[in-house]
Amino acid sequence: MIVIRLEDLLYSAPLLVLTSSGLLALIAEAAGRDKPVISYYTSLIGVITSLILTFLNLGAGVPVFNNMILQGGYAAYCNLIFLSSALLSIVLSRSYLERMQYHRGEFYVLIVFATAGMMLMAAALDLTIVFLGIELMSICLYVLAGFMRKKELANEAALKYFLLGAFATGFLLYGIALIYGTSGTTNLVVISRSFAQLSGNSLFLIGCGMLIVAFSFKIAAVPFHMWAPDVYEGAPTTVTAFMSTGAKAAAFATFVAVFVRVFDIPGTALSSVLALIAAASMIVGNVTAIAQNNVKRMLAYSSIAHTGYMLSGIAAGNAEGEQGILFYLVAYTFMNIGAFGIVSWVEQQEDRKLKFDDYAGFSARQPAVAVLMSVFMFSLAGIPPFAGFFGKYYVFLAAVKADMTWLAIIGVMTSLVSVYYYLRLVVLMYFCEGESDVAAKVPLAAISAVTLAAVLVILLGIYPSLLVDMTKGFFKI
Amino acid sequence: MTLQSFLFYLLAVISVGSALLMVTRRNPVIAALYLILNFFALGGLYLTLHAQFIAFIQILVYAGAIMVLFLFVIMLLNLGDVKQLTERVSYKKIIAAGLSFALLMEMLYIFVYAPSDLPTSRFEQAATIGTVEYIGKQLYTTFLFPFEVASVLLLAAIVGAVILAKRRLN
Amino acid sequence: MDIQPYLLLSAITFVIGVVGVLARRNAIIVFMSIELMLNSVNLSLVAFSAFLGDVTGQMLVFFVMTVAAAEAAVGLAIIIALFRNKQTVNIDDINILKW
Repeated sequence: MIVIRLEDLLYSAPLLVLTSSGLLALIAEAAGRDKPVISYYTSLIGVITSLILTFLNLGAGVPVFNNMILQGGYAAYCNLIFLSSALLSIVLSRSYLERMQYHRGEFYVLIVFATAGMMLMAAALDLTIVFLGIELMSICLYVLAGFMRKKELANEAALKYFLLGAFATGFLLYGIALIYGTSGTTNLVVISRSFAQLSGNSLFLIGCGMLIVAFSFKIAAVPFHMWAPDVYEGAPTTVTAFMSTGAKAAAFATFVAVFVRVFDIPGTALSSVLALIAAASMIVGNVTAIAQNNVKRMLAYSSIAHTGYMLSGIAAGNAEGEQGILFYLVAYTFMNIGAFGIVSWVEQQEDRKLKFDDYAGFSARQPAVAVLMSVFMFSLAGIPPFAGFFGKYYVFLAAVKADMTWLAIIGVMTSLVSVYYYLRLVVLMYFCEGESDVAAKVPLAAISAVTLAAVLVILLGIYPSLLVDMTKGFFKI
Repeated sequence: MTLQSFLFYLLAVISVGSALLMVTRRNPVIAALYLILNFFALGGLYLTLHAQFIAFIQILVYAGAIMVLFLFVIMLLNLGDVKQLTERVSYKKIIAAGLSFALLMEMLYIFVYAPSDLPTSRFEQAATIGTVEYIGKQLYTTFLFPFEVASVLLLAAIVGAVILAKRRLN
Repeated sequence: MDIQPYLLLSAITFVIGVVGVLARRNAIIVFMSIELMLNSVNLSLVAFSAFLGDVTGQMLVFFVMTVAAAEAAVGLAIIIALFRNKQTVNIDDINILKW
């Protein structure tokens, strides 16, 4: 019996290269003391190589390793999101961590391993891999959240994230156990073939419900969102950027892989449950965000709201929904990581705290950065011609096509609410007087990363078809 | 009553009893010891299901390694002081218990009243699949890839634990 | 013997674990309750595996144990790091941890 074929290794090259670079970075850290820069470059090279290999692998998806994972196609597309998020986070982290005096090579190792976990989540064709991928990502993130271990808030954030994450793991496993018990397999392709018959099975449906609970924890959807604002606030800002983009995208990628690509949910109770969660997330996220005074917390609640928008695509469960989410994830990743990047940058360069008022008069001090921040805010608010607008457009369109017009209406109404708090920051930056500071020196790598994100947000806003066309062939396994 | 069902009910009582005692104890050391008892009972239950390999690693890994780590940390942090361990009872706990009870009732209802949804017994095969040999073979063929993923996961966890808990980093 | 008693037992201990997580305030006991939840799921998995005559369930249990060991290492490290700063493991003493 041939266990591993050569093709398996070739198709999964992005994953293998990335993991190896993590191992190399770890060895480098162990061998060369006090030189985290070596790990920085090793992991950076690993992520970039993996990104290039993924681009070469964008064709049709191929199941590898005994049908355990899918490589290429859908998985490759999602990998692009995770790898870009990892790349930008690594670049932004270096100056941030140096400033905070926590610059250690293990940080990059953990980011790389977490990214490998995300790639497994998106690629999974078996519930075993879904479980292991989620755990690999989460364990790395628990540590990253508490990386600044002398800071009380970071400890608390890590503990909260860990306890709630492990609690969610319990539900994930119970869900997997019930699905396995009723279908007799953990292979998603096999389950998808017998879904019609299984969907009348009450135990199977409870299993799916438990999976929804677990995934909702990971994507921070209401009512399982309570960890998000605290953890986002307590974690190092660049880790928050990584968590709110890469980790969320990964959780969505598995959510879509299981609930849209495998299960045929339109018309079942699962679809209404998801629609309700989506509506609640949009309302709670946007309304609570208004009351925030801390920019990191505001972005946390805004990310809950964005979870709601994207979930409406899953609730719709049609091809448009899947395409919409996949586009939205890319747009959201770039605009959110850009926004968090600037927040981390303000935090380190100006020694300011994270309040809204600290941004008053920002445009006078840092005109270029203020423009970038405004781009991200406009895009998050969903104002055309930025990428965020088309993301919302596609998912709401999918909801309307699936006869969930009410969901699309709630979405549009709550997005209008969101304009208030996003633009409040822009207004503060441009039209309010702040303390006049000397402009700090901008770290070149960090600013180019943020600029790249802004360029992509604008580019995808003008040519959304660049991405949407790529996702056309993905619907269903 | 067959031997299997006798053992099942005996171990089930121990398992539920120790679980209840575990979540209600104030002192974490005692709670940990009840949890270990629960794990031994589970190991016995796995044997009644002919899962020999899993039964033994349950004892070795869970009771032997994981719970020792728990006890070690509890004693390292010196959490035995009973005065510090008082917890308040709030309305939240009552809501939590109520919700959990509702969940339990729903699941029990389905398990009891929807037996047609459950797998039909192929129990005679169970004895062959639970052996170390069969599991080892599967682990290194069909499940080789998840096995490798698990190794990366353990490495990440080791790195993370050292980073967070080591007293002095350079 | 049927599979039902095993699944019922598994559901009961799972819910005891859930109650422990939601109601207890000591972080270590909360964590032990989570371990109890994982173990009760393992019982379901082994039972399904035995009654389906399929090894996948036992494989999953094997991986769950691996993950539980990894989580224990990381989780206890987080608790130690917190204890060094705050001298407490009680969730009520932790500002942002009220849920």
